[in-house]
Amino acid sequence: MYDSGKIITGLIIFVLFVTFPIWYNHGDAGAVPKVELPKDAKECVLPADQMRSEHMQLLNQWRDTVLRTADRSFDVKIGDKEYQKSLMNTCMQCHSSKKKFCDQCHAYASVSPYCWDCHLAPVE
Amino acid sequence: MDKKRRDFLKIAGVSTLAGLGGTAVVDRLVSGTSPVQSRAAKEVDLGHDGGHEAVTQGHGAGEEVAKSGNRLGMIIDLRKFRENPALGDKVVEACHSTHNVPDFPDKKDVIKWTWLTEYENVFTEHSHYHKDRATLDNEVLVMCNHCDNPPCVRACPTRATFKNKDGIVAMDYHRCIGCRFCMAACPYGMRSFNWRDPRAGLDMNKINREFPTRMRGVVEKCNFCAERVGLGKQPACVEACGDSKALIFGNLNDPESEIRKVLKANYTIQRKPSLGTHPSVFYIV
Repeated sequence: MYDSGKIITGLIIFVLFVTFPIWYNHGDAGAVPKVELPKDAKECVLPADQMRSEHMQLLNQWRDTVLRTADRSFDVKIGDKEYQKSLMNTCMQCHSSKKKFCDQCHAYASVSPYCWDCHLAPVE
Repeated sequence: MDKKRRDFLKIAGVSTLAGLGGTAVVDRLVSGTSPVQSRAAKEVDLGHDGGHEAVTQGHGAGEEVAKSGNRLGMIIDLRKFRENPALGDKVVEACHSTHNVPDFPDKKDVIKWTWLTEYENVFTEHSHYHKDRATLDNEVLVMCNHCDNPPCVRACPTRATFKNKDGIVAMDYHRCIGCRFCMAACPYGMRSFNWRDPRAGLDMNKINREFPTRMRGVVEKCNFCAERVGLGKQPACVEACGDSKALIFGNLNDPESEIRKVLKANYTIQRKPSLGTHPSVFYIV
């Protein structure tokens, strides 16, 4: 082909540019985010790995149950205490620092949930 | 042969029209209400009134529509508000501080869930001619009427405002897209839109940390303290009145409730009754 030198050089540079995120970190995904767990509580609503994968759906279910079916009962059992289905009044009572808990993983995963536009994060 | 075919076609045509249109007409005549209300009235309990008002349904939209489930309502006794002029502001302050309602200086940005306004603005279908001194001098407390046939719920394109099982017209701020159709639909003007970020109008050190704020771009209004009522408490405004009984809150569908007893004993009026919204807020003037 004509100008094959320029074309092939250009293609190689393009491929390197496009696959930049893959080779730049040498396959290292970065440090696992370190979340600060609450000191006084040992268990959560669900087991930790289940919470990690499902807390978004759980919060949505709570929202629909509380708002749409007007069920504000204290039916979340953690240990032997009963709590309401509430982000602000249940979750954030134990996980009392949004910056050291919620934001650690959310920043790593580049996720910005809009919960905090309305729901009040604990005072830090 | 042709004559018989013609007769057949005539009879077929007329009976098709009767079948399509007639059943709908007959249904409406029998229930005496619009389709929305007749759906709600499906489980009418006629036993409560001792059979005397057993022909309730036939009288049209003037009577109670749904007697199934809870229907929370409120009586605002304006006589008590006139006796105690500071009570109105106390009630508004209790509501707004419990629910983190922002306070903006510019009148166009104002958010209010309950407030005091002139009699003339509240009862538009009544005469304002040669009113007495007490009516002219004193203001009336207004809030969302939590109608039984709410126009705002019909207008909402996302069902962000909906009637919950307790009869409260509730707001789901997660779903609100801020189109303000509900504000246009509300005949009483009880809804406010967040033109600005509400946290700019709040002192973040003095807010109620058990209740969220809202965000810019949603419509908000009185919610009959659904979060308190769900736990068996009285609404913040009712609690602020203390023992004065200026606000009486309860279940309109429970004939033994205090609110029903007060309604039976006092003459009450409602706002814009001819619109057919069936508000749940009553006023003792």
